[in-house]
Amino acid sequence: MTETLDELARRLAGVLPPGAVITDPVRLRTYECDGLTHHRAVPGIVVLPGSAEQIAAVVKLCGEYGVPFVARGAGTGLSGGALPRTDGVLVVTSKMRRILQIDLANRRAVVEPGVSNLAITEAVREHGYYYAPDPSSQQVCTIGGNVAENSGGAHCLKYGFTVNHVLALEIVTPDGDIVTLDADDPGYDLLGAFVGSEGTLGITTKVTVRLSRTPESVTTLLAAFRDIEQGGQAVSAIIGGGIVPAAIEMMDALAIEAAEAAVACAYPEGAGAVLIVELDGPAAEVAHQFAEVERVCRAVGAFELRTAAGPEERAAIWKGRKSAFAAVGRISPAYIVQDGVVPRTALPEVLAGIDRLSAEHGIRVANVFHAGDGNLHPLVLFDDAEPGAGERAEAVSGRILDLCIEHGGSITGEHGVGVDKSRYMPKMFTDDDLDTMQLVRCAFDPRGLSNPGKVFPTPRLCGEVPGVRRGVHPLVESGRAEQF
Amino acid sequence: MAASHPSGPRDASHGPGAPATAAGDALRATGAAVRDADPGDAVAGVAPRWVASPASTEEVAALMRVSAGYDLAVVPVGGGTKQAWGDPPQRCDLVVGTSSLVLGGGSAVEHSCGDLVARVSAGLPFDVLQSALAASGQELALDGPVPGGTVGGMLATAAAGPRRLRYGTARDLLIGITVVLADGTVARSGGKVVKNVAGYDLGKLFTGSYGTLGIITEAVFRLHPVPPARRWVTTALPAPAAAGESATGFPVGPGALATALAASQAEPSAVELDWLAPSGAPALSVLVEGTAAGDRAETVRGLVGSGRATGVRAEAVRDLAGGGDGPAPGGRVEAVPETAVTRQAPGWWGAPPGEVLLELRIPPSGVDRALSAVAGRGLPARVRGSLASAVLQIALPGEVGAAAFAAFVSGVRADVAPLGGRLTVLAAPAELARLAGRWGPVAALPLMRRVKERFDPGRRMSPGRMAGGL
Repeated sequence: MTETLDELARRLAGVLPPGAVITDPVRLRTYECDGLTHHRAVPGIVVLPGSAEQIAAVVKLCGEYGVPFVARGAGTGLSGGALPRTDGVLVVTSKMRRILQIDLANRRAVVEPGVSNLAITEAVREHGYYYAPDPSSQQVCTIGGNVAENSGGAHCLKYGFTVNHVLALEIVTPDGDIVTLDADDPGYDLLGAFVGSEGTLGITTKVTVRLSRTPESVTTLLAAFRDIEQGGQAVSAIIGGGIVPAAIEMMDALAIEAAEAAVACAYPEGAGAVLIVELDGPAAEVAHQFAEVERVCRAVGAFELRTAAGPEERAAIWKGRKSAFAAVGRISPAYIVQDGVVPRTALPEVLAGIDRLSAEHGIRVANVFHAGDGNLHPLVLFDDAEPGAGERAEAVSGRILDLCIEHGGSITGEHGVGVDKSRYMPKMFTDDDLDTMQLVRCAFDPRGLSNPGKVFPTPRLCGEVPGVRRGVHPLVESGRAEQF
Repeated sequence: MAASHPSGPRDASHGPGAPATAAGDALRATGAAVRDADPGDAVAGVAPRWVASPASTEEVAALMRVSAGYDLAVVPVGGGTKQAWGDPPQRCDLVVGTSSLVLGGGSAVEHSCGDLVARVSAGLPFDVLQSALAASGQELALDGPVPGGTVGGMLATAAAGPRRLRYGTARDLLIGITVVLADGTVARSGGKVVKNVAGYDLGKLFTGSYGTLGIITEAVFRLHPVPPARRWVTTALPAPAAAGESATGFPVGPGALATALAASQAEPSAVELDWLAPSGAPALSVLVEGTAAGDRAETVRGLVGSGRATGVRAEAVRDLAGGGDGPAPGGRVEAVPETAVTRQAPGWWGAPPGEVLLELRIPPSGVDRALSAVAGRGLPARVRGSLASAVLQIALPGEVGAAAFAAFVSGVRADVAPLGGRLTVLAAPAELARLAGRWGPVAALPLMRRVKERFDPGRRMSPGRMAGGL
């Protein structure tokens, strides 16, 4: 540890409770990566604050020493968004896991950032409510991390993302100020800009979420098709018919094989693709829509349809899908989880393109995707013991993103840019686009200390605010800000 | 007009005439349609010198580069329907009208039907967009409050209507945006896919920015299928009593009833109020959309009927919605004659209640107390809006006078603040709004000022039109 970090660690110990500052190298190592394990960096210092005030004090001290800081929840992120800085402080929110308020009358809950996504639903389920965004890691991932990543989940086709369900945030700005961003406040929608900024605009310390009413009726249907084209036709026909399912998920033959090997999900034998369609809402509406979905699936050639009669059968249908990422470990020594998005109508073309890439490079790709919104999760399989295989897999993975961009899509639908995909940002955005986003960064964090090196490909200096000045800025005058 | 003054390069920095000529020439040299302004072009009473009608994002960028060089203040204008929204600009040299803007291909809408996505020119009137989409059985699930308003204007003011309860507001359906900054930089964020977390979401930042950060030229929206059926369940609630009936004066609290409806599994798309304070009978109308809308409307009618029957207590009404505790004491789940189910919206649905408008936002549980605070001011105020989302517009008579207006605003502000409520002046002439203050307290104002300073360091974009003089 450098002298600066040594001194900073001593100062941090002065503002945090005993045991909340970690400098022991062995313990630091446990924080060296998030869910994307091939990016690793041992943090300079780890702190475990217990309140917004403590986080503010940490951030202020970091500012004083010019040391970068990175916030981390449960470390389940898949883009290296919480990758620590060896020269910085990792701010871990695991001690801030209180549900502060459940306000059913106003359909909202106030929670600390370290509360897990599922814990919110568990706290309100008995009252007939739930928290809608449901990323696959919801048992573990924290709401603070969800806010940073604007997390989605299988049900975001109908219900939207974290940003559509957060009503207010308390944040610590990179200056160390505690500020509330509220959707109902007049002025710029800084709340909307903050959600999904991947920790680069500050640290979330309190989240007010919207609670949704548990739907009256839920129906889950599994349809097996000979091939992925048929499955794709079914998706188009369902959506084209004016139905917005709660979820509509597809798996190809290789993904099914992996899931069978791992969790014996007993999907219909011989399926080249399975489609999971979940409908929810008022019972009368769900009944109508279910009949239509069933008709469409049969019309395009589904050879087997299963309907979940209750929660257990529903869980059985979802089991294969939810375990798919981990399951490919059963059929491949190593794999890369990709996350790209294409317009739904481009799905057949892009899937054919992925097939071609797979054949050209001799790399198997299993496809799992949120078919309703065109969000692909290709699993690129390789043997890390085989020389060069990792590079070829990386190349295929990157080319898949190129395909997404060529078809007017995005390099990430829900995993975020983080450190993993920042180099692809210039393929999706122009320099002017990125420079404009950087203006937001400079407004919040002119010194670039909050999670630097993430999202944007090259660090850019904020510099002075250019242009014409008329008199002293009111912020400067009031002592609230300096000009950088 | 200043252009008739003698001019020469040497005195270019003195007097208004010479630079005006040069700036006007430079604006015209961009190739965009530019004309001298006439009195009818004033924005909220502030007269510009020129009006430009660019046909493309590139032309907007060229105009902005010239404006930067000549330090011109620029105000974008769409249909001009919401000029009384926000404070008047502190200065305005150039109005950039968006109505001639088209997309690259020459059209104003690019509808990807199979993807349920549309790319739209900011200058397109919202109702024209809706008719274009309706031809394919789709819609942008927002409600345009004012006929003739453009997509860009709707975004810039974050205007939204009844269906916010189900679909959210413009920010929730916007998936991509193209903007031109004060220095002419063209920037895009988001894209053409609904699910996308790459980069900062500039669309959120520009939605509701009142033209103070730059000019929105294009937007991409997520669309929804037009629901196969719609039903409105409309009822008249008893007028508030003078005193004594209940804590809020309402025999049946409209807010409490709306809360129950919003929590019901009939999933209404909107729960709206129309009420003339202080003593009118509140009308409540509930929209149910989708398949089986008829059946669900009957469920709603039952809830409304029993809510009316049980009356005042918010808790009792909430239980009716199926909170798990069975029927409320004394509740009778049956329709009452005053409640009608129709295929048409009531005439007042989604329309602004007047021209001088306030907007009240409050946690839903505070709605009834906020309504009684409005009544307590004694003015004939028409209150209309989204009960279940607890975003209500309050219209005051235009002739109310600045002093009475300010007293009303500050009084209601003080009453709703302890309930977590906020009252802003949404639309009012400057002379009325000045004394009252349009925005009230803004918690994150210092951060907002820093954003403004980065995007528009010369304070040339609709300066002062927004909260805190942004």
